[in-house]
Amino acid sequence: MAHAATLDIRNLGKLYPVSGEPKPVLENISLSIKPGEFVSIVGASGCGKSTLLRLIIGLEQDYQGEIVLDGQRIIGTSLNRGIVFQEHRLFPWLTVEQNVGLGLLNSDQSPAQRKKAIQEHIDLVGLKGFETAYPYQLSGGMGQRVAIARALVNRPEVLLLDEPFGALDALTRNYLQQELQRIWEQEGITMILVTHDVEEAVYLGDRIVVMQPRPGRIKRIVDVPLARPRDRGSYEFAAIKEDVLQEFGDGKLAADLSVRRPDPVSAGEWHFAW
Amino acid sequence: MTTPPRYLHPAAIPPALRGWVLPVLIVFLWWAGYASGRITSPLFVSPGKVVDSALELIRTGTLWQQLGASLARDLAGFAAGALAGLTLGVLLGLSRLAENIFNPTLNAFKQVSIFAWVPLISLWFGLGDLAKVAFIGLAAFWPAFINTLSGVRGVPKELVEVARVLGFGRLQLVRRVILPAALPAIFSGIYLALIYAWLATLGSEYLLTAGVGIGNLLTDGQEQFRMDNVLLGVILVGLIGFGFTALAGGLERYLTRWQRR
Repeated sequence: MAHAATLDIRNLGKLYPVSGEPKPVLENISLSIKPGEFVSIVGASGCGKSTLLRLIIGLEQDYQGEIVLDGQRIIGTSLNRGIVFQEHRLFPWLTVEQNVGLGLLNSDQSPAQRKKAIQEHIDLVGLKGFETAYPYQLSGGMGQRVAIARALVNRPEVLLLDEPFGALDALTRNYLQQELQRIWEQEGITMILVTHDVEEAVYLGDRIVVMQPRPGRIKRIVDVPLARPRDRGSYEFAAIKEDVLQEFGDGKLAADLSVRRPDPVSAGEWHFAW
Repeated sequence: MTTPPRYLHPAAIPPALRGWVLPVLIVFLWWAGYASGRITSPLFVSPGKVVDSALELIRTGTLWQQLGASLARDLAGFAAGALAGLTLGVLLGLSRLAENIFNPTLNAFKQVSIFAWVPLISLWFGLGDLAKVAFIGLAAFWPAFINTLSGVRGVPKELVEVARVLGFGRLQLVRRVILPAALPAIFSGIYLALIYAWLATLGSEYLLTAGVGIGNLLTDGQEQFRMDNVLLGVILVGLIGFGFTALAGGLERYLTRWQRR
């Protein structure tokens, strides 16, 4: 079982340039996440929740405040943090096992250990038998399973999930939520899930961070003291869901004027900007 | 009114064979025109005459010599031009600095028709094989360069982010992300370069006339009033071009078989 990390976010702020002027997208975010905890972050689009994840993974830099993982300030990406995006982002020219293996490209394991780890994680996400399939042969849900395996194969301390099931149909989404819960319990690592699906947030989260936009702030943190696996039909589940939805009720959470995130850097800007 | 018999209906020909209908018809009309005995122009030769002169050229070895010379300079020019285009395309696609320095000049050169280079090439390299290979290389360079550059530029940023998250180094990024992602575009460039090189081979043999080659078979045939050799040359050029296209297409399908079809 991987070591689970403590994540401390203190007075985090982030500015984006909007027509030459810096505009805050995140302001005064403070959050402490315990090892092995599952935290859901909900908010309307434009509240900066994806930006928050991108800061934690290290794809965005230049922030104010502190993001500290196990006592170390986060600078850039690292193999101890994994991420699953909304799209699976698999390499279309590689098979399932080769895609999962990408996560181990820079690990110091022997080839035999790698092979074992890849197979274990393909089994973990329930894709035994699809090792040599290409991404175009997979359904959306299967693609996300591969993406989860790729993110976990390194045994990261924290797994970030950026609306991972947002593009899937309702049945597949429910099923993958159960699967994610099983994987979380099995691996025992810290997970942070960004979603706009309140039911998903309640089903999976130990705590739910409700965010509001312009600038992105934490509005409230809701505890979910329900035993797992949770019963979506129970009264307590419905009450928490209703409580969270109430936070969206006043209309202030709906972002009509959100700050657009600049385009991600290209290969040239990242590695070849000499 | 009676319905025509089933075998006369166009659908009676299997789809794979329908492409052969027109060539067969043309050869038949050509032969029929000869067999009717009504066309007496010296510019008209029978299909049989073309086959005869092909056999004659094969027997004396002239055909292989000309074919070999043309193909050798075609492939030499293609290899040099495509390799240069590929290298420069990758370099400029990766490095902002290299792009800033080279691209304006290359863009200006791109506007010059390759035929405008002929006088300069013949002054520098003469009329021999070196000049021809230089001309063919220039023709093959542009499609390879332009397609490679746009392929490398068009690598999805989402996949580059995955590479960042997984901690890829510079070489890993090129080998594992950029080159495979750009491969379909690079391949269309190589494919076009192959076709352009063959067109330029004929062009070089016309414009820089010294030596042997399929182009010389054509020009000599024209000068000696040998319609059979001229027609044979045209047919050979077409068949070889067709062969290159089929070869490149097959290789492309194999190398990019991961693409959704």
